Amino acid sequence: MTTKFFGEPVRRREDARLIVGQGRYLDDIGPGAYAAAFVRSPYAHARVLDIDVSAAMDVEGLLAIYTYEDLTGPMAEPLPVLIPHPQLTAPRTGYPLVRDVAQHVGEPIVMVVATDRYVAEDAAALIEVSYEELPVVVGVDAAEAAVHTVHDDVPDNIAARHHQETGDVEAALAASAHTLSFTQYFERSASMPMEGKGVHARWDDADSSLRVYSSTQASTSVRAAIAAKLELSLEKVEVIAPDVGGGFGVKIVHPWPEELLVPMAARLLGHEVKWTEDRREHFVSSAHERQQRQEIRVGYDDDGRITALDVLVWHDNGAYTPYGIIVPINTATQLLGPYDIPVYRAVVNSVYTNTVVVTPYRGAGRPQGCFAMERTMDRIAQERGIDRALVRERNLIQPDQFPYDWGLTFQDGRPLVYDSGDYPAMMAKLKTLVDWDGFAERRAAAEARGKLLGIGMAPYVEGTGPGPYEGAHVQVLGSGKVLVSTGLTSQGQGHETVFAQLAAAELGVPLEDVEVTTGDTRRFGYAVGTFASRAAVVSGNAVALAARGVREKALRIAAEVLEADPADLEIDEGLVQVKGTPGASIPLRTVAVLSNPLRYAFDEAARQATQFAGPGDDSKPPVAVGDAPGLEHTDYYSPLRSTFASGAHAVVVEIDPATWEIAIEQYAVVHDCGTIINPMIVEGQVHGGVAQGVGGALYERMAYDRDGQLTNASFMDFLMPYASEVPDVDIDHQSTPSPLNELGIKGAGEAGVIPGSAAIASAIEDAVGRRIAAMPVSPTELYDLVRSDAERVINTSPHDSGAMA
Amino acid sequence: MLGGDPHPVKPAPFSYADPVSVEEALDVLAAEGEGAKVLAGGQSLIPLLSMRLAAPATLVDINRIPGLSGITAGPDGVRVGALVRHAELLASAEAAGVQPLLGRATANVAHPAIRNRGTTVGSIAHADPSGEMTAVLALTGGSVTVATPGGREAVGWGEFFLGPLETSVHGPAVVLDAFFPALPARSGTAFAEIARRKGDYAVCGAGVVVTLDADRRVSSARAAYLSVGLVPEVHDLTDAVIGQPVDSADWTAAGELARGLVDPDGDLHASADYRRLLVATLTARTLADAGAEALTRMEAA
Amino acid sequence: MTDMERTISVVVNGVPREATVPVRWLLSDALRHGFGLTGTHVGCEHGVCGSCTVLVDGQPTRSCLVLAVQMDGHEITTVEGLSRSDHQGGQVLHPIQEAFRECHALQCGFCTPGFLTTIAAGLDARDPSVEITDEEVDELVGGNLCRCTGYANIKKACRHAAATMREGAKVATPAPQDEEATR
Repeated sequence: MTTKFFGEPVRRREDARLIVGQGRYLDDIGPGAYAAAFVRSPYAHARVLDIDVSAAMDVEGLLAIYTYEDLTGPMAEPLPVLIPHPQLTAPRTGYPLVRDVAQHVGEPIVMVVATDRYVAEDAAALIEVSYEELPVVVGVDAAEAAVHTVHDDVPDNIAARHHQETGDVEAALAASAHTLSFTQYFERSASMPMEGKGVHARWDDADSSLRVYSSTQASTSVRAAIAAKLELSLEKVEVIAPDVGGGFGVKIVHPWPEELLVPMAARLLGHEVKWTEDRREHFVSSAHERQQRQEIRVGYDDDGRITALDVLVWHDNGAYTPYGIIVPINTATQLLGPYDIPVYRAVVNSVYTNTVVVTPYRGAGRPQGCFAMERTMDRIAQERGIDRALVRERNLIQPDQFPYDWGLTFQDGRPLVYDSGDYPAMMAKLKTLVDWDGFAERRAAAEARGKLLGIGMAPYVEGTGPGPYEGAHVQVLGSGKVLVSTGLTSQGQGHETVFAQLAAAELGVPLEDVEVTTGDTRRFGYAVGTFASRAAVVSGNAVALAARGVREKALRIAAEVLEADPADLEIDEGLVQVKGTPGASIPLRTVAVLSNPLRYAFDEAARQATQFAGPGDDSKPPVAVGDAPGLEHTDYYSPLRSTFASGAHAVVVEIDPATWEIAIEQYAVVHDCGTIINPMIVEGQVHGGVAQGVGGALYERMAYDRDGQLTNASFMDFLMPYASEVPDVDIDHQSTPSPLNELGIKGAGEAGVIPGSAAIASAIEDAVGRRIAAMPVSPTELYDLVRSDAERVINTSPHDSGAMA
Repeated sequence: MLGGDPHPVKPAPFSYADPVSVEEALDVLAAEGEGAKVLAGGQSLIPLLSMRLAAPATLVDINRIPGLSGITAGPDGVRVGALVRHAELLASAEAAGVQPLLGRATANVAHPAIRNRGTTVGSIAHADPSGEMTAVLALTGGSVTVATPGGREAVGWGEFFLGPLETSVHGPAVVLDAFFPALPARSGTAFAEIARRKGDYAVCGAGVVVTLDADRRVSSARAAYLSVGLVPEVHDLTDAVIGQPVDSADWTAAGELARGLVDPDGDLHASADYRRLLVATLTARTLADAGAEALTRMEAA
Repeated sequence: MTDMERTISVVVNGVPREATVPVRWLLSDALRHGFGLTGTHVGCEHGVCGSCTVLVDGQPTRSCLVLAVQMDGHEITTVEGLSRSDHQGGQVLHPIQEAFRECHALQCGFCTPGFLTTIAAGLDARDPSVEITDEEVDELVGGNLCRCTGYANIKKACRHAAATMREGAKVATPAPQDEEATR
C-alpha cells in the first residue's frame, strides 16, 4: 500500500454535490409519489376499541386507509426481535399497526395514503379512534415497582436480566479496606438526526419486484425484513439508502413499521408511495436512549485502588425490545473503562415502560457506564483526599497488560479483550492539554471575578468495529474508473472519501478515479450495517482486501503482457510498470480491458481484447480454470473480535452563582483510534460527538410526564445545542494501532460523546461543592441543588480538590 | 375517549385574502367572522397553522397594505407600523435614539432569520408574555392603534394585554401600529434576558428604566419582566433606591424587592423559585447598567 | 376575494417563474415539490432548525414559516442559486460553499443548505475588506441547528470564506456595490 492517500486529510468526495443542493435525500426521491401519514396513539397505554374512518373517506384525494385489520400473513405478526439473547427472557415487539393495545404515545394505529401530505393529514385528522385508557408506567422506578404493568404477561416489567461477573464480588467487597455505595440517575435523550426517517417504495407490477429507498443505517437487513414480511423472494426486493441526513443509531433499528407499510401500500396501490417522517413524529415514534438508574458499590484501598466493583443498573427499554439488550450489555461491559478492576459484577435489569422504544444512540450505553465509573473515581478521590487524576492513574491498565482479557462477553458475543492502548500516556497528554496542575490559579482568578470555576476529567475505552463482517467489491473498468461498493451505509461519516482513499492507496490510482457506492443492495448484497463505530474498521479492511485482490490480478495480467515477474511490478498513477524500468508499462485501464477476453468489440478499447486482436497461447483456454473474466474482486473482512479505542476528556466549567448558568470554558480531548485514514474526518467526528455529549449533559432530555406524554416534543423545548452552546474543542491525538486488523484501525464515530456527562458533572461538582448524581443538569436544577440538604456537600472543598497532588 | 393524533405539520385548508387597504381587510374580517385571522410576519402564527393548533377558515394577509411599514421617531416617541420587521427596528438608529429599549430588546428576539420576517407589532398582537416587545410596550407605557369598522383608536398596553395570547381586541380588527413613548430626560435603560439557548424564548428577562434627579440621585426605577407572569408586568422599584446616589445605589435591594413582587410559574426549563432568583439578579444587573447610562446621558446633555 | 389556489409570479434563483399553488402550501413545499428545488431541506417545520432557510429578497428567511402565496412578486434564492455561472458556462461557487468543503464544515449535509444561504447573505452584506470578528461569526451561524459537526468547522468555514472575500476585495478594482446584496 502506498501512503499517498492513507492518513491524509483529503477533502471529501461527497461534498461537491451537497454544497450545491444536489444531494439526494429520501424526501427528494419520487416527486410524484403518493404520501403517507399516520394516526398515532395520543395515549401512552390504551386499548383501541374502535376506529371510525367514515368521515375521512370523503376527503378528495384520499387513496387508502389501512388499519391492523388490513394486514395479512407475516405483516399481521409482531415485528422481529432483531438481536435475541438468552437473558432477554421476555422480549416484546409491537405490530406494524396497533392490533389491540397501544403501548406508547406515537405508536402508529392507522396509515393514510393520499395524493399529497397535506391531503393525507386532512384525512388523518378526520379519523376517530376510541380508546380505553390503561394505567401508565413511566420511568425505571415505576417500572421496578410494577404496581402497573406495560405488558399483561410480564408482571414484573422486566424484559431481561443481564448478568456478568469476573469473580466473587461480595467477598471482595467484604475484604476491601473501604467501601462506598451510591445511586445515580441518567435521563433520556435521542439521536435526533436533522433528517428524520423516511421510506419511498415503488412496485413494478410486470416484474413483481419492489424498489425501496429508506433513510436507514442497514439497507441489506431492511431488504431481508421486507422480503420476509411481504413474502417476496429476496431477489425481487432492492433497498437503497440514499444520502442520509444523519443517523446516530436511530436508523440502525429496522424494520420500522413504516419500512414495511409503505412498500405494502405501494404494492397494493400499484403506485409510488412515500412517507417522510416529520419532526413531531420523530420525537414520539423513533427511538430514544439513556435513561438508567445505576446503583454502585465499590471497594478500594488506602491509595484509592479499586478492589471490587458491583453495579446494578435499571435500564428503561421503553415499550418494546426490538434491538434486544445491546445497550445494557454496553453499559455492563464498557463501564470498566481503562481501569484494572480485579473483581467486577454487573447486573442490568432492562424494564418496560410506556414510552418510545430505547435503542442505541451514539455511545449506546457507554456514556452511562462512563458516568458510573468516573463518578466512582471522583468519589474515591474525595473520600481519600487524593487528586482525582492521581486516583485514576493508580487504577489504569498498564501498556504491558495488553491484550487485557476481562473474562466477560462483549455486545458482539465475543470475549471482552482490550487489544491495545497506552492509557498512562493518554492521561499525561490530557493533563498537559488542560493544564490540570495549573488549575488552582485559574480558579482563583475566576473567583476574583465572582465566578465559580471547576475542572473535571473522564477517560473511556470504547469497543469498536464489531463483526460479524463487512464486504466490498472493487472493479476496474476499461475507462480506468475504479468502482468500489460496500453494503454498509453512510450517514455523513465520509465513507465515500475514506473508502476511496483506501482503494486508491492499495491500487495506486488517482483518488478521483475511484467511485464509491454504499448501502445499495443492487451493488452489494451482504452487509451488516453502520453502528458501533465499525465502518472504517470492518468495511475499511474489506475494501483494502478487495482492492488488494484486484491489484494481484492486475499485476498477474500485466506481467504476462510486459513479460515480467509480477513481483517486479508496481502501480502508480494508474500505470502498471516494471520497477526501475521506464517505458515498460501498461495502463491499468488496459489491463482491465485485457482481463475480459471478448468476441465483440463494442467500443474502441474493447478491440484490444477481442479474439483476433493478438496472438494468444493456444494451449490454454482464454479464461484459465479457476479464474474469472474482469478486473474485479470481492472480499470480506470478519474481525476476530472488537478493537478497543480510547480517549480522555477534560472540562473546565464556569458557573455564575447569581444565575447558576453553566458555561464551558475549556474542553480538551485526547483521542486514540489507532491508525487514522483521514485526520480531518476523525476530528470532525470528535467535534460532533463532543457537541452531543454537551447536549446530553446540560441541555437535552425527553421530558415525559406521569401520563406518558412527551411534554417537549419539539425543537423549541428539546434543547439541542446551537453553536452558541457548544465549546471550542482542543484535540490531541495518540495512536496505538490495533493488532487485530492489518490496517491497525479502531473506530472513531461514537467516542466523542461518551465521557461528556461524566467529565462535565465532575467539573460542576468541583465548582459548586455539591454532589452531581443525576444528568443532565440545568441551571434551575443546580439552583435547587445548592440550596438542598447540606449532606450533599463533598468533603473536599472545590478550592483544593482540583490541583492537589 | 376519542382522539386521533396525526401529528400534522401541514396547515389545514383555508382561504386566503390579501387586501390592499385597511378598509378592505376589515371588510373581509367582518365578512368571515370568527374564522378569520390576520397574518403579518407569521413567525408565530404559521407554526400554529402547521401543527393545526390554529385552523382559521380565512387568512387575511395584511402584507400588501401600503402605509403600514414605517418607523416614525419623534420627540414624543416612536411609532412602529404593523409591517415593520424586527430587523428593521433593530437597525433603526432614529428609533434607538428616542427610545433605546427598542433596539436593545429587539436584539434578543430569536435569531436573525426570524427577525427578518417577524414583525414588532405582530409579536405584540400575539400577546405572548415571553415576548420582548410586549414587555417593552408595557415598560414604556406604550399603546397600539387598533382599526375596527367603527374607526381607529389608541389602546393602552394595560387594556390591551388580557392574558397569555389574549388581547382586548375582538371581532374584525387590525392593529395598525404600536407607539413607544420616548425615554425621559436624565434616564437610562437596560434590557437583559436569560435563555437556555441563545435566541430561545427567555426563561426570564428584564427591561428597566432608571431616572435621576438633578443631583444624580435615583428618582425612579421601573422594570418589566418577560416570562414571569400571564401578561407583561411592570413593577415600580423606586422605593428600594429612591434618593440614593446613582453610583452607589443599592440595586441588589431593588432586585430583592422585585423578587418579592413577582409570582411566576414553574415549567420544564425553570422552577418558580429559580425565576424569582433570575428576577432579582437581572433586576440588579440591569438597573446598575441603566443607572450608569442615565448618568452618562445626563453628563452628555 | 378569497380562494384556495393562487397563481404566483416569483423570481427563483434569478429566473422568473410562474406557478399555481394551493394557498396553504408552505414556501418550503412549493420550492421542493412545486419547483423541484430539493436542495432546501425541511428539518422541523416549526421554524427552529433553520435547515429550510432561503433568501427572500436577499434576506435569510425560514421557508417553513412563510406561505408560498405570500411570495408573489418577490425574489427567492435557494442553495441551488448561490453559485453563479462564469463566462465559460462553468459554475463559480460562493466563497462560503468552497469554504465548507475546504474546512469539512459538513457531514451528513442535511442542514448545510440552510447554513450556506444564511452565511452567504451575511457575508455578502458586510464590508469584505474588514476582518470578520468572532461575534459576527457567532451571529452568522447561531440560528441554525446541526447535529453532526459540533459547529467548530462551520465557524472555521465562515472565517475562511471571509478571508477569501477579503483577499478578493484587495485585488479587485472597487466595484459598485450590488444594491440587492447590501440592502
